Amino acid sequence: MADKETPLLDELEKGPWPSFVKDMKRMGEKNPAARDHLRLLEKSYEDKLVHWKHGGIVGVQGYGGGVIGRYSDMPEEFPHVREFHTFRVNQPSGWFYTTEALRKLCDVWETYGSGMTNFHGSTGDVILLGAPTENLQACFNALSENGFDLGGSGSDLRTPSACVGPARCEYACIDTLDLCHDLTMEFQDEIHRPMWPYKFKIKIAGCPNDCVAAIARSDFSIIGTWKDALKIDQDAVKEYAEAGFDIQGLVVDKCPTKALKYEGGRLELVPEDCTKCMHCINKMPKALRPGDEKGAALLIGGKATILQSAFLSWVIVPWMEMKPPYDELKDLLRRIWEWWDENGKVRERVGELIYRLGMRNFLKAVGLKPVPQMVFRPRANPYIFWWPEEVGKNG
Amino acid sequence: MAKVVAKTDIGPPHYSNMLPPIVKENYGKWAYHEILTPGVLVHVSENGDKLYTVRVGSPRLMSILMVREICDLADKYCDGYLRFTSRHNIEFLLTDESKIEPLIADLEKMGLPVGGTGHSASNIIHTQGWLHCHTAATDASGIVKAIMDDLYEYFVDMKLPAKLKVAVACCLNMCGAVHCSDIAILGIHRTVPKIDHERLHQVCEIPTVVASCPTGAIRPDPKRKSVKVNEEKCMYCGNCYTMCPAMQIMDPENDGVAIMVGGKVSNARTAPMFSRLAIPFLPNNPPRWPEVVEAVRNIVDTWIRDAREGERVGEWIERIGWERFFEKTGIPFTEKHIDDYIFSVPTFRSTTQFKS
Repeated sequence: MADKETPLLDELEKGPWPSFVKDMKRMGEKNPAARDHLRLLEKSYEDKLVHWKHGGIVGVQGYGGGVIGRYSDMPEEFPHVREFHTFRVNQPSGWFYTTEALRKLCDVWETYGSGMTNFHGSTGDVILLGAPTENLQACFNALSENGFDLGGSGSDLRTPSACVGPARCEYACIDTLDLCHDLTMEFQDEIHRPMWPYKFKIKIAGCPNDCVAAIARSDFSIIGTWKDALKIDQDAVKEYAEAGFDIQGLVVDKCPTKALKYEGGRLELVPEDCTKCMHCINKMPKALRPGDEKGAALLIGGKATILQSAFLSWVIVPWMEMKPPYDELKDLLRRIWEWWDENGKVRERVGELIYRLGMRNFLKAVGLKPVPQMVFRPRANPYIFWWPEEVGKNG
Repeated sequence: MAKVVAKTDIGPPHYSNMLPPIVKENYGKWAYHEILTPGVLVHVSENGDKLYTVRVGSPRLMSILMVREICDLADKYCDGYLRFTSRHNIEFLLTDESKIEPLIADLEKMGLPVGGTGHSASNIIHTQGWLHCHTAATDASGIVKAIMDDLYEYFVDMKLPAKLKVAVACCLNMCGAVHCSDIAILGIHRTVPKIDHERLHQVCEIPTVVASCPTGAIRPDPKRKSVKVNEEKCMYCGNCYTMCPAMQIMDPENDGVAIMVGGKVSNARTAPMFSRLAIPFLPNNPPRWPEVVEAVRNIVDTWIRDAREGERVGEWIERIGWERFFEKTGIPFTEKHIDDYIFSVPTFRSTTQFKS
């Protein structure tokens, strides 16, 4: 790449953290689209202004999503990014790869695209940044031949994602990888063909540590938990104490419900007071483990700010067993989608619809019973709605 | 146009074909784990098998050249298996402890940092920014690079009071979902959209544009076959621009970033929390956003000085109180910090319990 072509971005070659600018320059020597991509970014750095135009519908045959149209607003000066569309490629559960699979993706993207990628996008897909319109179908064909498929985009089911789960975590209360793959395969049509009021995200966390941020980043959050008492290995507790670990200060005193006692070298739990927050287990993984009766809590509504403020997902099912073929879960999802599809306005997330119409309408429509686990506390106002059949007629 | 030969709806590759043999053998049978050194974990299974993980920071934005180099390392040290984390880290999975040091030496040669475990600054999750998005109010990769250069010592070591999760989103759409991060950097607009009246009726449906506004600031303007914006009601969210390209909201002079703090998603100890506004505006100052880097550093330094062992940023602030947070960080508290959107009242202090 010519010297001083990107003087502002060159500043980002300095410093200890790996530099995307260095990497893009290398790619730019092999691929003119990557070079123009970096030059266009330099222009944004000069102008403090984005240089991508608004939208543009592109796609591949048979799909309504998975490819996002992107056009530069300076096509004459940066001809190789005139059309620079994005592929979302559905990642394997838990983001595990063989190098063989990754190299295949690289080879496809070398042939048809800019060579620039994201591992991964915010929702979890592999993002392939920048292909011209004429390459889209051929690129998809090649991805498919190599065993990859597209993820979601637009008003559809977005690509589900899951934490590392039982593949490498002793905390996993559910098989996050299997559940993620199963739901992804079950709902291929919902992922690939947008038909809803807006996007719908599913994330699956194996335990309440929620390493995939399911509660914040998904409309439907599946979070592993357990019902019985967590398990304590008193010998291992002793080992922690002997190693000088402050069990009282760093574990017992920090228990949010004061459910733990440390007396006479023994750590004891009052199971009915435990809210399964994971703190003690995180601090003493050799001594403490989740209980045996494992399943998941289901929460709904999580989303970022646009439009009605950010929501954290809230509990709708405190406990569901998570065993294949996951029929109870799938049935519930279908009932939720049906109600949302029927009642939701354009660009209204399911959480916002529940906020607008009320939990009582949601619960009735999807057939869930109200339980105290759904709220922090009951309402403080007396504006109670009654169904007609619950009251007599006035006069 | 290429011929349609591809199979559709095949779904992603099955994860079981991507798992190293040791993972397959010990799937669901892990007993415990330890952090051996910053960035290096060992997971021990019930039958005693040990799986070593070397966690490596990546810029997320990577060329296929870099991906192939990472594959070369995974072939050399990990029998051709690797994974990525939900925070854009690369994880090399090893069964032979003696290979950890040579792998780390090779990573150092490539300039890739090992860390991000335990009480460290994790990699920054972020969005596309100016690089590849049409609604971006700022860049993401550049800010991330500048901040991670500055916080580098906290990624490669574990000397923070607790884990630190930073996120960058380049507009209010928050594809990076930065609303629950210890420190969130968010691209914002500050001026009302400029309406292209000539173009609007050609490219947008007027009722849709009107309905897109969460504060009802947009009204039809039948005379011009367009819309008008009530400037007092507009909160610059950009939703109208997402719906209609003739509602141009980009403003190079006035766009910039806000910083929010104290969010978390884990249920450990305290319930998940939103990030809340610390700094309403800092300018876009590419290429290295020095004001943003300095502001993040100030918040991190204050937290390090003041927090107790194990306290996330939000837990620290909730303990000392927000009045103390502003005092200790020296960040001015302004009218901009007081919520005036639809869920504001529960954030008002309806008690005489406060620190003077």
